[in-house]
Amino acid sequence: MEVGILAYGGYIPKSRLQRDQIFKAHAWFNPGLKGLSRGERSIANWDEDSVTMAVESARDCVAPDQRENISAVYMASTTFPFQDRQNAGIVADALNMKSNIQTLDFTSSMRAGTAALTVALQASKGAEGPILLTSAENRMTKAGSALELTTGDGAASFLIGSGNIVARLLGSHSESVDFVDHFRGESAEYDYTWEERWVKEEGYMKIVPTAVNSVLEKTGVSASDITTFCFPVAARNVAAGLAKKLGISEDAVADNLQSNCGEAGSAHILIMLAKALQEAKPGDKILIASFGQGCDALIFETTDAIKTVRPNTGITGSLANGRADSNYNRFLAFNDGLRMDLGIRAEVDKNTGLTTHYRNRYMAQRMVGGKCSKCGTAQFPKSNICVNENCGAINTQEDYSFADKIAQMNSFTADRLTYSPDPPAYYGMIQFEEGGRLMSDFADISPDDELTVGMKMRMVFRVKDYDTKRDFRRYFWKAVPVNATQKGSE
Amino acid sequence: MASGIKDKVAILGMGCSKFGERWNDNAEDLIVEAFIEAIEDAGIDKSQIDAAWFGTGIEEQHVGKSAVPLSMALRLPNIPVTRVENYCASGSEALRGAVYAVASGAADIAMAVGVEKLKDTGYGGLPQRSRGAVNDLFWANASAPGSFAQLATAYSAKHNVSAADLKRAMAHISIKSHDNGSKNPKAHLRNKITEDKVMNAPMIAEPLGLFDCCGVSDGSAVAIVTTPEIAKALGKKDLVTVKAMQLAASNGREAQHNSWDGSHFVTTRAAAKRAYQEAGITNPRDQISMFEVHDCFSITELVTMEDLFISSDGRAVNDIMDGLFDADGKIPCQIDGGLKCFGHPIGASGIRMVYEMYLQMHGRAGERQRAEEPVFGMTHNLGGFPHQNICSLTIVGKEGA
Repeated sequence: MEVGILAYGGYIPKSRLQRDQIFKAHAWFNPGLKGLSRGERSIANWDEDSVTMAVESARDCVAPDQRENISAVYMASTTFPFQDRQNAGIVADALNMKSNIQTLDFTSSMRAGTAALTVALQASKGAEGPILLTSAENRMTKAGSALELTTGDGAASFLIGSGNIVARLLGSHSESVDFVDHFRGESAEYDYTWEERWVKEEGYMKIVPTAVNSVLEKTGVSASDITTFCFPVAARNVAAGLAKKLGISEDAVADNLQSNCGEAGSAHILIMLAKALQEAKPGDKILIASFGQGCDALIFETTDAIKTVRPNTGITGSLANGRADSNYNRFLAFNDGLRMDLGIRAEVDKNTGLTTHYRNRYMAQRMVGGKCSKCGTAQFPKSNICVNENCGAINTQEDYSFADKIAQMNSFTADRLTYSPDPPAYYGMIQFEEGGRLMSDFADISPDDELTVGMKMRMVFRVKDYDTKRDFRRYFWKAVPVNATQKGSE
Repeated sequence: MASGIKDKVAILGMGCSKFGERWNDNAEDLIVEAFIEAIEDAGIDKSQIDAAWFGTGIEEQHVGKSAVPLSMALRLPNIPVTRVENYCASGSEALRGAVYAVASGAADIAMAVGVEKLKDTGYGGLPQRSRGAVNDLFWANASAPGSFAQLATAYSAKHNVSAADLKRAMAHISIKSHDNGSKNPKAHLRNKITEDKVMNAPMIAEPLGLFDCCGVSDGSAVAIVTTPEIAKALGKKDLVTVKAMQLAASNGREAQHNSWDGSHFVTTRAAAKRAYQEAGITNPRDQISMFEVHDCFSITELVTMEDLFISSDGRAVNDIMDGLFDADGKIPCQIDGGLKCFGHPIGASGIRMVYEMYLQMHGRAGERQRAEEPVFGMTHNLGGFPHQNICSLTIVGKEGA
């Protein structure tokens, strides 16, 4: 049975930190960073992490009505919010999936994304239904490091299986070499990196060709037939150098998105693949190669379905939906790079009762409310007695998902009193077009955005609260304008 | 409808502490200050009090749970004491308990005490705190000003009032309260302000600026109530009696059902209809002499004047700008400075509102005394958020009116 990619999607957070602002802050210490100071990098908002970005990319990949038969959810990342609590399980929950699925996390290497992809392609041959693979990264980088400039945040998702595939797997090959170009130990917050010249000469230029030549040999594809070659590392001209060495056309070398996104860790190769698919024609041969203690190389060939199966936004749309951000201090504050005085209001204990959380998980993680089977009123949260004063029926509410419903904004404010990591806190009453309403937090609003009563909003899965005492975080859904304005902000 | 409590209960005595930043006083000290004034005013001994109700909103910041702190502070002789909490309407809730006890005949003399000690948080404004384990999972990260600010956006949209005109009317409300507060020696804020100052103040929650928000205060207020007959037997004349007490609680319609537009208070309208009926008032705009409304924010006062059926819908801005509610206007509102300037020690506020009515009706309001003594006075004490709240209304007036 032929397996491949059934659908794909991607997500790049809206905010794009201008690299010249990062450089400006560090030029006094390391003027050598100037060479990396062009362009912009994507940065996750304070309420985003690899799980929320994975969810958003998965929603871009599979519509709610296409999730019914999914047999597994895999998530790959080296920046999971939880060390022991399955992150793929949170993603599956947010996607309102059933419990009869396999969930699995892949981590510990920049190859985690391709590892998950390879395993998904293998496993889907015997699976009961397609496998949803998602990968996201939200890497912490030291202030003043090269990684701070070259890294970006983002996510990509793929539905893997057989049927109406948009790209078939022609073959794959893995090389495993304990080549340590960088690492992050058990208790470390940041990566420790070794000299780039060594990594390039002994790592990229030796390990990658071995893997790529093997997959070319296995598949019988000639290097010159490769339409698109995706290699994710940020270092300049490495992909082009590899292409030259491997006999791949110079034109086939894919943009590594350094100018407008940055390298999103283990997710980056999949982000590049999602973008390549979005831009591909039928019959294209896409070679992807990851690097991290070895190399995974896979070759896909697109089918006619590539023309019709499209993501909602995809990486291309997500990249276009950016907002220039010049506030490097805020980026530091979001990432614990500054000891900010957050005020006493920030000291409120955000402990979550795990019993409370589990009992209410359909409300809190899936945004499932109720719809009265007697009068048809949709309401959130689901309750025992219908809120419609003309109904009031008892125990008539059926599960009703609000996560993908469009709402209209009835009222709003920008609150500078309540504690928010990014004041002012925007929130307001939103009213769903098909019924139901919520006094909802808004996400991704900038003071430059024009908010008007009546504007359309959609829901996104975000971190609601961080419990810094216990290193727990709880998620919920927030509203964002459907057609967000795209302006620069300070 | 039930026959109600009109004229069944009279106010025997009242007291109110100075409101403000009472850095050197515990809640118990504030209670005693208000109590001494009230018991002396009543002219009774505390052994004559049959029962007491104790209202606090955020007791974890000061006295802790239960009615015991009140009983201990006043050394009450093991009488029944009940602590009540209903958001910022807790003070009115305490009064309601005492009034109902007297009206029912269960007590001859009952007392309501409200207190709040809020200036121990280390910052201005209400304490940031949990809203309950389940609510914390999904409620917006909303403060009080942010919740009430949305009345303004919804009101503007509904009545087609420009944001600038609305903001100017809101400013008028705050300027008026500061003018009034300047004449009240017990008020927290006694400075006068200008429109320029209000319009250019830092934004707290758009469109509410600093002067659109009341501060939070330390303070306590006490009411001692009895039957008109006992009051007269104790030598009281020109009684102020309770004409109506009505309470309405949100049932989720505003928060969860799409039939509310966000521009007004569903609860206030429901309670007002019942209160006027209970008091026998048919034309409130002509019959009510003065108001104390819950002006936690300027916009709250503005929409409340419509919700109490004083201004017609969409016309509050005009009435406010015409000076209808000024201290020398036809129907003064917040003649004591209101929450805005008298201050807002949550549990005390509802009783403080009635205290002003009581002083004015007895001609004891000092510099701010109305030339013509009020006949009917109405208080509006609101707790919670526009989309889910408690509204408590009290009408008091001269006996026989």
